Amino acid sequence: MNTPQQINNNNISTAQQLYMKRHKQHHHFVTLMRLLVLISFLILWEVAAQMKWIDPFFFSSPSNVFTYFISMLVDGSFFKHTGITLFETLVSFMLITVISLVFSVLLWYSKTFADIIEPYLVVLNSLPKSALAPLIIVWLGTGTDTIIVAGISVAVFGSIINLYTGFKEANQEKIKLITTLGGNRFVALKKVVLPSSIPMIISNMKVNIGLALVGVIIGEFLAARKGLGYLIIYGSQVFQLNMVITSIIILCIIAMGLYQAIHFLEHWYLKHK
Amino acid sequence: MSQKILQCNNVCFSYHSLTGETHALTDISFNVHKGEFISIVGPSGCGKSTLLSLIAGLNTPESGEIILENPAETKIGYMLQQDHLLEWRTIYSNVLLGPEINNSLSKEKEELALRLLKDYGLYRFKDKKPAELSGGMKQRAALIRTMMMQPDLLLLDEPFSALDYQTRLMVSADIGHIIRQSGISTILVTHDLSEAISLSDRIIVLTKRPATIKKEIPVSLTILNDDPLAARNAPEFQKYFSILWKEVSDEYSTANQ
Repeated sequence: MNTPQQINNNNISTAQQLYMKRHKQHHHFVTLMRLLVLISFLILWEVAAQMKWIDPFFFSSPSNVFTYFISMLVDGSFFKHTGITLFETLVSFMLITVISLVFSVLLWYSKTFADIIEPYLVVLNSLPKSALAPLIIVWLGTGTDTIIVAGISVAVFGSIINLYTGFKEANQEKIKLITTLGGNRFVALKKVVLPSSIPMIISNMKVNIGLALVGVIIGEFLAARKGLGYLIIYGSQVFQLNMVITSIIILCIIAMGLYQAIHFLEHWYLKHK
Repeated sequence: MSQKILQCNNVCFSYHSLTGETHALTDISFNVHKGEFISIVGPSGCGKSTLLSLIAGLNTPESGEIILENPAETKIGYMLQQDHLLEWRTIYSNVLLGPEINNSLSKEKEELALRLLKDYGLYRFKDKKPAELSGGMKQRAALIRTMMMQPDLLLLDEPFSALDYQTRLMVSADIGHIIRQSGISTILVTHDLSEAISLSDRIIVLTKRPATIKKEIPVSLTILNDDPLAARNAPEFQKYFSILWKEVSDEYSTANQ
């Protein structure tokens, strides 16, 4: 197919060149301003702390955070805590994906089953999942299991509902086509419903990875001896605000990284489908 | 006439919803013979498509019966209004969807697919995605997908209605030709009267809902070959058109009263 990208570079008109240039300029400007916002915030924070406009004991400062971060790298606690949080988040995320795919397929497969289960799903989905955490701790104790279950509980019900709704929207006429070719509902699932739902499944994953992290941090607040959530809660209890803020910043970076990973998956899929 | 392939006896069908019952078909009886091309015309929404899905076995009639003379050996091919090619598959793998579903994928089927793609002028496009093809080409790909089932009875549910007028003439001529050559029995549902006359051996006119058979009109045109475009210039064409138009427009005027 002739897409605009394939037009020979030598043949670009001046108007097109101008358009490309403007587009690039806009892009550079946005990147520059983004960096500027970050840098001015860091400078303002540092200056405010140095000049005692804010109390660095409570508000920390970029230099304190940096120093603390280096000490975390040196004593290895960075790898230990970040590693465990990352591990728990990824395991929850994978289990959420598998469980919600299996469940939503079952719901799609049997309308009667879906009708029976629906009110329970709605209730479980609207329930604030942090209310379940103490219960999970009593049942599973304090440890990695509890935290993974907490991570799953936050996202899994909403994910099932979203996937099921998405599956239901698959083109009915295409399903009829499968029937005319002699395929049953299971074949329709395999050949039409799942392949046509892949973009929806990926965007659902984007939501889930963020929610899994939320659940894991809630779990670590309540029932952990390691992990970034534990550092945040422990640091706040012993007034080690450097520890708290450094952990929060690491968390920001993890969240961004995980989201980008799914984003790359989406791009890869769009390129190769 | 040669042997019967399908018999519909007093077929009735209704759709049910909580707000009530809609009678779609009442007392439909007709036969289809081997190699015959039948068109079904009638007001829109009168249940023409319903009749096809009953014959295809997607629904069961509420009363009456649909009998295939030789159920074990009569394969039914069903072509829907839209091409419904799966956009994430290439044309080639779309065409192989049928054999893939009923686990009959074999070297012969693959060869058949390639031969049909060549015959229908799509061989060059076999590795393209449906989005890269024109409407007429997609419809032909959908026909190949249907023909891959090697049907003895072909059900066509307004297969040309999604195409623009020129493409429609070309594709209906093409497809008419292909079907004639293969000797498959065909039931075509359409609301295009010229199309019905130019393609069919017999035209069945249905009344408005609940549909019954209003009239059966055998068509014989004096043309040298089976070219549906030439058929439109046959001397009898106008006569058939007037008869059909009268029957169908009667239905519309009573429907509007």
